Amino acid sequence: MTNQPLLEVRDLQTVFELDEGTVKAVDGVSFDVYSGKVLGIVGESGCGKSVTIKSVLRLIEEPGRIANGAIRFRSKILGNSSNDMIDLVQLPAKGAQLRALRGNEIALIPQEPMAAFSPVHTIGNQLIEVIQLHQPVSDEEAKKIAVTRLKEVGFPNPESAMDRYSWELSGGLRQRAMIGMALTCDPLLLIADEPTTAIDVTTQAQVLSLLRKLQQEHQTSIIFITHDLGVIAQLADDVVVMYLGKVMESGPVDQIFHNPQHPYTRALLRSIPTVHTKNRSRLPTISGSIPHPFQKRTGCPFVARCQEALPQQRCTNQTPVLKAINKHQSVSCFLHEEEVNAC
Amino acid sequence: MPAELAQSRLTANIPMPPERLLDVKELKKYFPIRKGLFKSVVGQVRSVDGVTFHLNLGETLGLVGESGCGKTTTSRCLLRAINPTSGEIHYRQADGQLVDVTQLSSDQLRPLRREMQMIFQDPFASLNPRMNLLDLVGEPLLVNGVTNRKERSDRVADLLRLVGLRPEYMRRFPHAFSGGQRQRIVIARALALNPRLVVADEPVSALDVSVQAQVLNLLLDLQKKLKLTYLFVAHDLSVVRHISDRVAVMYVGRIVEMSPTNELFLAPKHPYTAALLSAVPIADPRIRSKMQPLEGDVPSPSNPPSGCHFHPRCSFATDLCRQQVPDLEEVQPNHFVACHRQAELALSGVSEPI
Repeated sequence: MTNQPLLEVRDLQTVFELDEGTVKAVDGVSFDVYSGKVLGIVGESGCGKSVTIKSVLRLIEEPGRIANGAIRFRSKILGNSSNDMIDLVQLPAKGAQLRALRGNEIALIPQEPMAAFSPVHTIGNQLIEVIQLHQPVSDEEAKKIAVTRLKEVGFPNPESAMDRYSWELSGGLRQRAMIGMALTCDPLLLIADEPTTAIDVTTQAQVLSLLRKLQQEHQTSIIFITHDLGVIAQLADDVVVMYLGKVMESGPVDQIFHNPQHPYTRALLRSIPTVHTKNRSRLPTISGSIPHPFQKRTGCPFVARCQEALPQQRCTNQTPVLKAINKHQSVSCFLHEEEVNAC
Repeated sequence: MPAELAQSRLTANIPMPPERLLDVKELKKYFPIRKGLFKSVVGQVRSVDGVTFHLNLGETLGLVGESGCGKTTTSRCLLRAINPTSGEIHYRQADGQLVDVTQLSSDQLRPLRREMQMIFQDPFASLNPRMNLLDLVGEPLLVNGVTNRKERSDRVADLLRLVGLRPEYMRRFPHAFSGGQRQRIVIARALALNPRLVVADEPVSALDVSVQAQVLNLLLDLQKKLKLTYLFVAHDLSVVRHISDRVAVMYVGRIVEMSPTNELFLAPKHPYTAALLSAVPIADPRIRSKMQPLEGDVPSPSNPPSGCHFHPRCSFATDLCRQQVPDLEEVQPNHFVACHRQAELALSGVSEPI
């Protein structure tokens, strides 16, 4: 099973048709998630990382729609045999099949646990609801499962936490409860959408080490979305770097950090201050800012800010596509054409 | 200004070294907790509980801490945006006079407001969407007597150029600008009256990483050019290391450690600083699993633990720590620590890059 991906996203295109024009939020994204591995998706705001995972969960709402592409998932409950892959794009958006999948085989840890929990139901109530939705168990059994989950994610007193409301918990505990809820049905794929952005670094460290521990224990696959390169470096096995709805580069985490090939990846890594940077030195910057999504563009999305753009307007007139440059790494850039041909 | 008034603002009895711009002593800000029909006070939130630090002319002091530690309240007290409960804030004015900011009336504060400015966290919330750049950046000028339209627009053009925006954009509204550009507008507005002290409250945390670097560089350049003094409030340790000369670490309303930046990051002396540093994820996949999570949560400032506020989470705590509040002491030149056991502990900071 190790070499077969759990999730295959191929040429995914999600568009939003607005009065002002069509926004291609996700424009031809492809990646694989292998079982038991952590895939990190990095990018700045507006690069389409959240829309990508919403597409995977089929939670895109009007005026957005998935225009093209395939999202193939190796489901245990929907597949006929263990090798069947089901294209989630083909399933009816509000059908029973997707509902059976969401929260069961594919679970989500949202960014803001405060907004994700209901403030008028207890934590226990909300956990039991998820359990009974997907498993035919009695109230008693469901409660038992919920308590074990809370204990597993490190609640000091899980029984009493069952009767608490989300707003009574601290930020760290709230995010732990959210992780517990996502894990209730032993998902095959866990999607974490910036789960540590709203919390402090010490709490972030608690949540990350918890996620890492649980991932190793349960062999869950994780898609981890963040703009924090430090978090990616600590957690991910593979990395996808996105910019303006396109994948710029993808590959193993070590390659991305120590041998980045796309000018954007390189610039991004250079421009972040780390606790190691020299004090009060000028940071190398990426000039300009992220273009407005309505702007019509041809060519490489990064060309306006790229320092390594090729002569004769090549990068402005033609759009590069994501191609493998070696066994693991893929880059969408004309700079690497020769390597692609040699490959 | 009448002589008596000028005299009343003098606090000449307190000596201050000539390089000091600001000296904060035992600053406290308690917010009352009210309950019941008659809104009787049932407790106090000790947001800032005896904070002492100083700012030298032309330097950047980074103020770090987790959310709720009182760093924003401290910075707002400095500008008298909120009134502190007690404490002293000695400030050296441009003309060399020393004043205690906490003692001034609102009329006396007015000329000082020009010298102290603030850069806010969220440039999407701090700019009025119905005002164009000329009005936004020109407003502080208008309030302070630059009534000539031509003069004002010239000055605004200069300011926009200073922060790297084109003066031609003067008639545009904030919605036409990206986050980084908006933060530049906020900075231009803060600089309109030639301030000496700029309090920046998380100025880059709402920005994208690629734009963050641009704004940090701009702040560094402006400081050099205009001889500004910064109080830089942030929770992001890497940003603070990058921009600060000295760093003060706050925990539940108190400063636990204050020292020159590199010293603090390489050789922290307070267990909380060390824990904070080890919690930062390192952007290198080859250095993994060094995140040592600190157990427990930040205590509530309405009911802080006895003695050293950090003792319930500290692995070095003794009975003394549980009972007695440690003082902030200068253990090395310019290195202040509030820990009973700082002398015996050997803590590690961040390792130097290879």
